[in-house]
Amino acid sequence: MASPAGARRRALLRNVEGWLFVSPVALGLLCWTLIPFVTAFYFSFTKYDLLSPPVFRGIRNYSHLVNDPLFWQGVKVTLTFTAMFLPLSIVCGLALALLLNQKVRGIALLRTAFYIPSIVPIVATTVLWIWILNPQIGLLNDALKALHLPTGLWLTDPASALPSLVLIGLWAVGGGMIVFLAGLQGVPEEYYEAAKIDGASTIAQFRHVTLPLISPTLFYQIILGLIVSMQYFTQAFILGGANSNAGGLGEPLNSTLFLTLYIYQVAFNYTQMGYACAMSVVLFAMILLLTLILFGTQRFWVFYGDR
Amino acid sequence: MGVSVAPSSTTTTGSAAQRAPVRARRLGHRLRRGLLYFMLYGGAAVFLIPLIWMFLTAIKTLQETYAFPPTLLPHVAQWQNFKTAWTTYDFTLYTYHTLFITVTSMVGVIATSSLCAYGFARLHFWGRDVLFLCVIASVMLPFTVTVLPLYIIFRDLGWLNTFKPLIIPAWFGGGAFNIFLLRQFFQTIPRDLDESARIDGCSTFGIFWRILLPLAKPALAVVAIFWFQASWTDFLGPVIYLNSTDQYTLALGVYQFAADASNIAVHHEELLMCVAFAMVLPVALVFLAAQRYMIRGVVLSGIKG
Repeated sequence: MASPAGARRRALLRNVEGWLFVSPVALGLLCWTLIPFVTAFYFSFTKYDLLSPPVFRGIRNYSHLVNDPLFWQGVKVTLTFTAMFLPLSIVCGLALALLLNQKVRGIALLRTAFYIPSIVPIVATTVLWIWILNPQIGLLNDALKALHLPTGLWLTDPASALPSLVLIGLWAVGGGMIVFLAGLQGVPEEYYEAAKIDGASTIAQFRHVTLPLISPTLFYQIILGLIVSMQYFTQAFILGGANSNAGGLGEPLNSTLFLTLYIYQVAFNYTQMGYACAMSVVLFAMILLLTLILFGTQRFWVFYGDR
Repeated sequence: MGVSVAPSSTTTTGSAAQRAPVRARRLGHRLRRGLLYFMLYGGAAVFLIPLIWMFLTAIKTLQETYAFPPTLLPHVAQWQNFKTAWTTYDFTLYTYHTLFITVTSMVGVIATSSLCAYGFARLHFWGRDVLFLCVIASVMLPFTVTVLPLYIIFRDLGWLNTFKPLIIPAWFGGGAFNIFLLRQFFQTIPRDLDESARIDGCSTFGIFWRILLPLAKPALAVVAIFWFQASWTDFLGPVIYLNSTDQYTLALGVYQFAADASNIAVHHEELLMCVAFAMVLPVALVFLAAQRYMIRGVVLSGIKG
């Protein structure tokens, strides 16, 4: 029979084998996540121009950042955008999914039509919308003119640039929709039958059956949406480079200077790596704080059934 | 279904009194269906118009793009626009680069994410659940906090301006999303298969390679398709790690095209839309061909990366 030594050896072998299988991701987490994460904190306390080695300078980057109006502009733009985009994208995604969860003719075609914009490459999406939103010859203003409605300056006006980016983002709402749709289809039909027998109205059914049962999906989408919109970068970056009517990163008048955009500028245009890392640490802290707040609310409204 | 329920029934007796609410209910039902169809088909049209406009702009002449009121269809379709736009920059080279990066990283993603997912789904070892939790938590770590140190790490490794930063990290597990998806899939496969294979003398790797992997083909297809889309369209990685034009990918090429076009007096929107459309086309075709797989992938994992 198995001796204690043999059992120990087998356990050791089992551990070695298990770790061998997961070694790619273990090493990956270490090299591409943990080490960069820790060094970001270290660099944030240094002055580092990428050419000479980093020089420790204590919390000077952080005290500088408090007095940097562009940093605060970045924070303002980032938070404003998130406050506009996140609720809208969740509500639109869920509403679309509810509509598409009904028995209608051509449902597969409809789902495809709503989903396709979300797989269009961001570069293509952005240059397309810069063209459509062109104030002089763009399709949207042309259509508004034809309908005798007031036209807009869209991406070229500091007041409407950010809402225009929200609009562009909502075009890709199909990605969230498909996830909600999967969640909705996981709700057992019997629950609705039971609710109907109890005389529950459509709204009551949504409130008391649908919403609790898809709340984990909803929660997950909100968390992910928060992380994504707080780090919104690519569209704003392309807009800065490819929209001659606005001109330059963060333009017009820094109205689209997302924090990520300013970090990019400081890191790669001014090569102040230390300062850029300090700002990225602050952005990380902001995202972490908001995520933790959301996690705190979860026990009030997220329903994890026993299924 | 289920959501559109008729208003609660009245309990009046008498045939005339009964028929009126029934008719009203039916009318209300029809109105609601009509509104639903209007919203769905109208909405779908609104969502598709920008893409159609992209294509229509691409085959117009420069003058037509400036016309007001805009012409819906081009007078004569300008197919040669695609050729002009394509050769303004070396888009053939960019396509080759993009394809190279996508394929080499995809092989890594499929190979390593399935290995890791198998480990998490089937093997018992010390620290497994903690590590899995770390993998899942890494999704929530903002890239902004790691991207600058990564840039410095890749610079010190001499990888800047090569495709390595876009390929090699993909060989380390292929991302939390893919591991999670495959782990979920492996867990749906009965363990009896493993047991009987082990009794037949199959090694742990043999079970993975001969039993589970062939069964996981649909899930691997999902991983491959999602990765294709992510890698093909990636902008952030290339814009940070590649900076000479002879290393550009399609995304950078289109961006450069747009940036240069916006700096000259005459904007050739039609040519820009040509290259943008050429970039969209493969992604859209792959999606249309593999729709069913992708939807299943979303259902399987409950998440989308």
